[in-house]
Amino acid sequence: MSAEALPTAPFVLADHLPVLPIIVPLIGAAIAALMPRGWLAWAVATVSSVLVAILSVLLLLQVQETGTISYALGGWEPPLGIEYRVDTLNAFVLMIVGAIGAVIMLYALESVPQDVRPRQQPFFYAIYLLCLCGLLGMAVTGDAFNIFVFMEISSLATYVLIAMGRDKRALLAAYQYLIMGTIGATFYVLGIGLLYTVTGTLNLADIAGRIAEAYQVYPRAIIAALAFVIVGISLKLALFPLHVWLPNAYTFAPPFATVFLAATATKVAVYILLRMYFDVFGPAVSVEALPVTQAIMILALIAMFAASFLAFYENRVERMLAYSSVAQVGYIMLGMALANESGLTGGIVHLFNHAISKAALFLAIGAVVFRLGHTRMEELAGVGRRMPITMAAFVVGGLSIIGVPGTAGFVSKWNLAMGAIENGTPFLVFLIMASSIIAVLYVGRFIEVAYFRAPTGDCETARDPGLTMLLPTLLMAAAVIYFGFETTYSADLARDAARALIGGSQG
Amino acid sequence: MTAFEIIATHYNYAVTVFLMVAGLYIVVARGNMVKKLVGLSLFQTSVFLLYLSAGKIIGGTAPIIKEGIEVYSNPLPHVLILTAIVVGVGTLSLGLALAIRINEAYGTIEEDELFGEGGRE
Repeated sequence: MSAEALPTAPFVLADHLPVLPIIVPLIGAAIAALMPRGWLAWAVATVSSVLVAILSVLLLLQVQETGTISYALGGWEPPLGIEYRVDTLNAFVLMIVGAIGAVIMLYALESVPQDVRPRQQPFFYAIYLLCLCGLLGMAVTGDAFNIFVFMEISSLATYVLIAMGRDKRALLAAYQYLIMGTIGATFYVLGIGLLYTVTGTLNLADIAGRIAEAYQVYPRAIIAALAFVIVGISLKLALFPLHVWLPNAYTFAPPFATVFLAATATKVAVYILLRMYFDVFGPAVSVEALPVTQAIMILALIAMFAASFLAFYENRVERMLAYSSVAQVGYIMLGMALANESGLTGGIVHLFNHAISKAALFLAIGAVVFRLGHTRMEELAGVGRRMPITMAAFVVGGLSIIGVPGTAGFVSKWNLAMGAIENGTPFLVFLIMASSIIAVLYVGRFIEVAYFRAPTGDCETARDPGLTMLLPTLLMAAAVIYFGFETTYSADLARDAARALIGGSQG
Repeated sequence: MTAFEIIATHYNYAVTVFLMVAGLYIVVARGNMVKKLVGLSLFQTSVFLLYLSAGKIIGGTAPIIKEGIEVYSNPLPHVLILTAIVVGVGTLSLGLALAIRINEAYGTIEEDELFGEGGRE
């Protein structure tokens, strides 16, 4: 690319690449809401999502080429204006959200009409696009208050998406999440307020530059800010024991919304936590003042075991997967708590690997819901024989959650284990293994029911869903296997991001 | 500084903390979904006050440039809180809408009754 070329249209667009993934779904949402028919709104949502996916991949490539991109929103220069700042870490997160959002749109075509009445479908897609916009905005912005605004955009949209579930308990789940999510977001904004009063800026890079000086004068305010931010974001990412909103939300939301949220929402929250802890607070606040990583490590370990046990005793398959998500968040947070290169790499790559694995699992179980309308384990006997393709994808996703070599989940756990050894705590490797064995039990329990029992009830006549639902499911399952072998675009990127984070906290 | 002076000069923070804790307490202790939302709004409002009192500069006027005035209050917290108020209104109205839908579906918005009659599995 020659930068001296005439400023033709594509060049101008390329300059605005960081802001486009936000604008496209925002405009798409307005258009989708005005559509008279559900399928028209679906088409708008699909075009927007695919555009977002392309843009986020372009952004990732550009970051790889040129390094960190800083974009002044509306031409107002940072630190006064809002800055969009993209480095490898958030380009990676953007790519996860964009790719998942695009792939699952095909699934929506048949899945969404089952849960949402035709008249409400345009609004459903509009809300979905707003949620996408909020999540992408959280990932791309470099302004602390802007993160809060985008967080609330995505959260409010999420509450609506959950409440659209066909079971009336979806309403209770949405309400419960609204209360907890708002408390989390308010804690976050409280922490940001304290930071603003002692540093006088909201730009993340600017805060990071001034926080060491401010810490000498106002140590207590900054420790309080750190505590509020960590607890607030932990609520959003469902760190044990702040996870209680998650199982109900994932169980009762429409399957399409569950896939989207399970694969993306908690991941973006983890990104915010990583950014805040390592890049903003990292240089200033010593571990002695507030032992964040120790506390997170203990909670992460409890999550890995307690949530896995809860998953094992759970009778509804979606809820089992939801508890498994809480356990997997535990792995990701363990990577953060290790705070060395391999551990962080494991945590960050698990954002991606868990996103595709859980997407495959929830897509498969969504297909079961589509065909049968229920997910109690004892009523799903023999479903694997009648819906072979769907359940094959489920098995692949399940193997990845367990961490079997050759699947994406193994790559994450390998890096985490390496991180544990580097950290001088080899017993953590044992704990990672032990928790994986519980995953074998809960995934295996459903596989036993699905394959080794004779089909009964309506399972006898069940069959695989149509191509529009099978293709995304199979694509995710294929991705799980592909990224188990080929790690250039997952683990290698994650390693770059981890290096940058650790470098930032030392600098 | 004596204890009295600290309280006299920082009473805005005391008010903030009181509202915050009172709001959180209502959210946790009350089973009525509308009352919970009232508590949640109180909790959010306390944070608005924290921002606004930090933006006030003693002796400062409204931040409009005018001759003869040297000291202005900080306008940024006001702008931020304007945004946060909008978010708060959105959250409150969505919460109330959900409460209405729950009332239609279950005939009650008391959590005791909802979870007592098998609202949870």
